[in-house]
Amino acid sequence: MSTINHAKASEKFIQDEPRTDWHDETLWFVRQKRDKAAHQIPDWESLRDSASNIKDHTLSNLDAYLTQFEKKATQNNIKVHWAADAKEHNEIIYSIIRDNNIKKVVKSKSMLTEECHLNPYLLERGIDVVDTDLGERIVQFREEAPSHIVLPAIHLKKEDVSNTFHQHLGTEKGNYDPQYLTEAARNHLREKFVHSQLAITGVNFAIAETGAIVVCTNEGNADLGVHAADIHVACMGIEKIIPSTQHLAVFLRLLARSATGQPITTYSSHFNKPGTGKQMHIVLVDNGRTKQLANPDFKNSLKCIRCAACFNTCPVYRRSGGHSYHTAVAGPIGAILSPNLDREANADLPFASTLCGSCTNVCPVKIDIHQQLWKWRQTLMKEGYGGASKKLSMQAMAMVLSKPALYRFLGSAGRLTMRLFPWLLNNKKFNPWYKQRDMPAAPKQSFRDWYKNNKA
Amino acid sequence: MIVALFVPCYIDQFYPQVAVATMELLQKLGCTVEFPMNQTCCGQPMANAGFASFSSDCDKNFIKNFKGYDYIVAPSGSCVLHIKEHLHDANDEAVANKIRGSVFELTEFIADVLKIEHINASFSHKVGLHPGCHGQRGLHTSSMSELVAPAFSKPEKLLNMVKGLQLILPKRVDECCGFGGTFCVTEEAVSAKMGKDRVKEHEDNEVEYITSGDTSCLMHLEGILNRQQSKIKIIHIAEILNASLHVNN
Repeated sequence: MSTINHAKASEKFIQDEPRTDWHDETLWFVRQKRDKAAHQIPDWESLRDSASNIKDHTLSNLDAYLTQFEKKATQNNIKVHWAADAKEHNEIIYSIIRDNNIKKVVKSKSMLTEECHLNPYLLERGIDVVDTDLGERIVQFREEAPSHIVLPAIHLKKEDVSNTFHQHLGTEKGNYDPQYLTEAARNHLREKFVHSQLAITGVNFAIAETGAIVVCTNEGNADLGVHAADIHVACMGIEKIIPSTQHLAVFLRLLARSATGQPITTYSSHFNKPGTGKQMHIVLVDNGRTKQLANPDFKNSLKCIRCAACFNTCPVYRRSGGHSYHTAVAGPIGAILSPNLDREANADLPFASTLCGSCTNVCPVKIDIHQQLWKWRQTLMKEGYGGASKKLSMQAMAMVLSKPALYRFLGSAGRLTMRLFPWLLNNKKFNPWYKQRDMPAAPKQSFRDWYKNNKA
Repeated sequence: MIVALFVPCYIDQFYPQVAVATMELLQKLGCTVEFPMNQTCCGQPMANAGFASFSSDCDKNFIKNFKGYDYIVAPSGSCVLHIKEHLHDANDEAVANKIRGSVFELTEFIADVLKIEHINASFSHKVGLHPGCHGQRGLHTSSMSELVAPAFSKPEKLLNMVKGLQLILPKRVDECCGFGGTFCVTEEAVSAKMGKDRVKEHEDNEVEYITSGDTSCLMHLEGILNRQQSKIKIIHIAEILNASLHVNN
């Protein structure tokens, strides 16, 4: 198990109950906006089917679409790079920075660069990347990781943001006015855009047919970065590919509605080729994706378009916060993607769910998230990541519950013990159930006893 | 119609009255109810903890007890879903397959197989409904708030047949209660918080009872209600539908 475990981190998060309620309600509000937006599209469910089918098809022909994409992009004067893992991804970006003698780098939101830990890698080499997404800039100031893939600073209140800006941008202490704070961030970031030499962006969709990429933002920060700088480096996981422009329409209708309840993001920016005298690079990253693709149980998690609808609906995520997942991608989707990257460190995550299935229902590309959580549990326990004591207790439980006579005997004995010595179980230290819940009453008769006496 | 009564282990041990009500209700609705005496557990506790490989003996025992029945009914959506999705027999998969297709949660059995349109029951109380995720999202006992699809609810339809019953739904109609099997102890903090939040919505609605087709959710909610010394009681839907057999006010 990982040293930071989801259950422990959540317990700490929930200690501040009013803040937990605020976090839960904030994200529930986003979920409700998503519901409203979805219900305005009568063919919403068939749209989800289409998206799922397109992704399934693409994943089954990924090699062909990737090479087609590379060919087209190269024809458009884009330099295409292939990175087998996070290390290669970071090295490629650093080599572009070094070869062009770049000092100032801006980056719009890219969860892939979080996954690859690009910022600390570049910082070690003297390059201070400025995150230009407002939420990401806030967490960057605070030296925190994003707690949500669409709303990176959703764990923070405006008071927190004000304090952070006071410290880093010299804003008035105690001024919590969102307009004032946004204005300060805007002025700060404009200055960074103007002087940037290289802009890193993520990629929402890469179109094999045209070799173009599409980046969706609400703040226009991808465009500002790319147009101000001489070099654009776009980083994408290989699963971001779609066959052609006509398929884009399906995903653009689903993405923002699922994410925030908006009909579409404010900007859907299409990048087809570098501007005159400029460079454009695309880094295609595997980093475990082909391994996931080869696993029939977990393959279709690669359909994910990173909308985070599963975060917003997840009753566990809403009450435990993104940092409790201790991975770049939190929430239910993170819990099925992360074990593929590091089983040992992330073995706790598939257990951070009640398997209620709400995630699967909101997923715009119909990933069977809760089924995969269940399957990851099996895989991880089979491979020994649960520890010996858990295995032993489960073996014992299985033995009792599969042997009718033993089950009957221990059932009666257990209930008798509960009646005679309630303090044995009514103990907050040894019985986690009892911490905040009373034990059920232990009736004298089981149903079986009653049935024998009354019916048989 | 012969129905095999599947009584999940924790109901057998802690909530015998739910099994009694289920049996009596099914009999009232014209079924001949048999209770295979050597049944134990469906194996879900191990499987959801990641040890489905240990539940093969539970599978064997379940098959031994329920083989040959056309209808197997349980007052628990979660256990039914587990059998439906995960029961296997390495030697005779056809038998397991038959059982998987024959097992029903109580409200879906009443609605889909018995097709009951009228129940002679009365229960003059304010009642809140907890759908139970495995019954709802797993067995589709009702429509789900996430999907753009026509609304329906088998448990609501049945509860609306009960004389005097005032059904009040919580604002978040189908949010999980946080029980989640072993989740309730391995993720104690989140589990209890989820339960407390569910309870709060029902408290705000001033219901007298919280009902569900899933006894495990109710066990969890009851633990929280009792700790908070709440006046709200839990009651399984079978106990309400069977209520005309008891004295009512």
